[in-house]
Amino acid sequence: MNKPVKEQQHRQLNLKQKKIKIAVNGLNFFYGKHQVLFDNSIEIYSNTVLAIIGPSGCGKSTHIRVYNRIFQMYRDQRAYGEIIIDGENILLPSYNLIGLRKKVGMIFQKPTPFPMTIFDNVAYGLKLHYKLSKTELHEKVRTALDKAALLSEVENKLDAPALSLSGGQQQRLCIARAIAIEPEILLMDEPTSAIDPIATAKIEELIEILKKNYTIVIVTHNMQQAARIADYTAFFYQGYIVEIGKTKQLFQNPEKKQTEDYITGRFG
Amino acid sequence: MKKNKTECSSLSFSDTIFKSISIISVCLTFIIVTGIFVQLVWNSRESIEKFGFSFLFTQQWNPVTSVFGAASSIYGTLATTVIAMAIAVPLSILVALFLSELAHPLISKFVGICIELLAAIPSIIYGMWGLFVFAPVMSKTLQPFLQKNFGFLKIFNGHKIGIGVLTAGIILAVMVLPFITSVVCDVFKMVPNVLKESAYGMGSTTWEVTHKVTIRYGLSSIVGACFLGLGRALGETMAVTFVIGNRHKISASLFDAGNTIASTLANEFAEASEPLYLSSLIELGLVLFVLTFIMQVLAQFWLAKMKKSFGGGL
Repeated sequence: MNKPVKEQQHRQLNLKQKKIKIAVNGLNFFYGKHQVLFDNSIEIYSNTVLAIIGPSGCGKSTHIRVYNRIFQMYRDQRAYGEIIIDGENILLPSYNLIGLRKKVGMIFQKPTPFPMTIFDNVAYGLKLHYKLSKTELHEKVRTALDKAALLSEVENKLDAPALSLSGGQQQRLCIARAIAIEPEILLMDEPTSAIDPIATAKIEELIEILKKNYTIVIVTHNMQQAARIADYTAFFYQGYIVEIGKTKQLFQNPEKKQTEDYITGRFG
Repeated sequence: MKKNKTECSSLSFSDTIFKSISIISVCLTFIIVTGIFVQLVWNSRESIEKFGFSFLFTQQWNPVTSVFGAASSIYGTLATTVIAMAIAVPLSILVALFLSELAHPLISKFVGICIELLAAIPSIIYGMWGLFVFAPVMSKTLQPFLQKNFGFLKIFNGHKIGIGVLTAGIILAVMVLPFITSVVCDVFKMVPNVLKESAYGMGSTTWEVTHKVTIRYGLSSIVGACFLGLGRALGETMAVTFVIGNRHKISASLFDAGNTIASTLANEFAEASEPLYLSSLIELGLVLFVLTFIMQVLAQFWLAKMKKSFGGGL
């Protein structure tokens, strides 16, 4: 009897210490008439890593694609509900979309280097959002590459095409490109699923470091990965959030039967 | 066993046939191109012997005194083509951008069909429309406007008669527009969505995504489309012949009449009675051939250089 009470106190303490960065209230999402997310609600704290796990097609990616409103590129996709970032509902049409996307960076499943040089890739966002002198630009590009743990590998070939890098390097380049513009939130949509294990390890290490400065939401198929890097984990199933909790607790002692079945490999 | 063997051999047999057909097709293309070149050189030998390189720089074209020079035809060809491309390329890219990214799918489909219809109109119709409808409009609206505002430029200073190099260039622009637009539109659609998403995800506007990422990604296909258009503009005959005025003289003003290689050939082939006259006309054809070839080579070099700096793409 004693233990749960302690834990509850602990949780409350945590709540007080940690600032809520993103609060999702009653998010419903439609592809045309087909609903794929049902009443999603979630709170994400600053400077933590939230992993989203679940079987394919359960709406994980769709969920995080609402955070930067990238879904709006497509005519038939609609989101209803509230997503509060820093106290403002970003789903309101009046919310500044460019500002939102500067604040919320995104990394995709496959590396997406732009068809330009390594330097220009990282400088791309900087040129969009800041007015910088040449030396400042150079400085910022190097810092971003350094933060993404790529600088030592590309230092001598910043003018080479980005597509000449290996897959893992390309993915870190995309991370450098995203963090160059100093976002506050990083969304990662299965960032290591197209990359070899060594490069994956490097990116996981990187996430651990980046956590200090950013709030990270990562969608992953790989439960070990979620267990390794995430502070919190959410389990999605068929468009519903079945369970959210501290990663350790969710994996070791899930509250819901469905979560348990999934993490023990009984389905999915 | 036996069945297996026959299957195997029939596969390799059909493979051999396929291979030979491809090789024959390639050889045929090569032979035709070389054949045309050799024929052009051979049939223009008289004119080449008589005028040498001065053929390219002489403006005079006088069948009576038998002095022939290609300078004004070359100038007219290049000038009309440059005007056409300067108008058509940016316009096509903007139209393609609208059709592929901005417009509602229904509108995009409708406008797309309209643009493709432009390509289906025979060039003689463009010529007649240009002479009877567009040229008078030019002389009443665009030419006075240009002269009033940019008259200090020699190119916009001249008689506002409607026909001339500028009119021919604009008609050519309309003619090449659908070719470039439809290819560019396809290229825009072929760019992977995830690449556009990551560009939008950085907080770019549609225009920034287009000119910094999409166009670069599809650059070689877009340049290919432009060369398709360029090829048509260089060689277009009927429409240009109607509106350019057909005068063998280089004039500083784009309002003045001129001629192009193709229009000269169309106009004068029937009249060429002298062997030297005929041979000069064929040499004009040779010049056009070489001109097109040089443009292609330059484009390839430029593309290779661009590709080095960003690699990959379509």
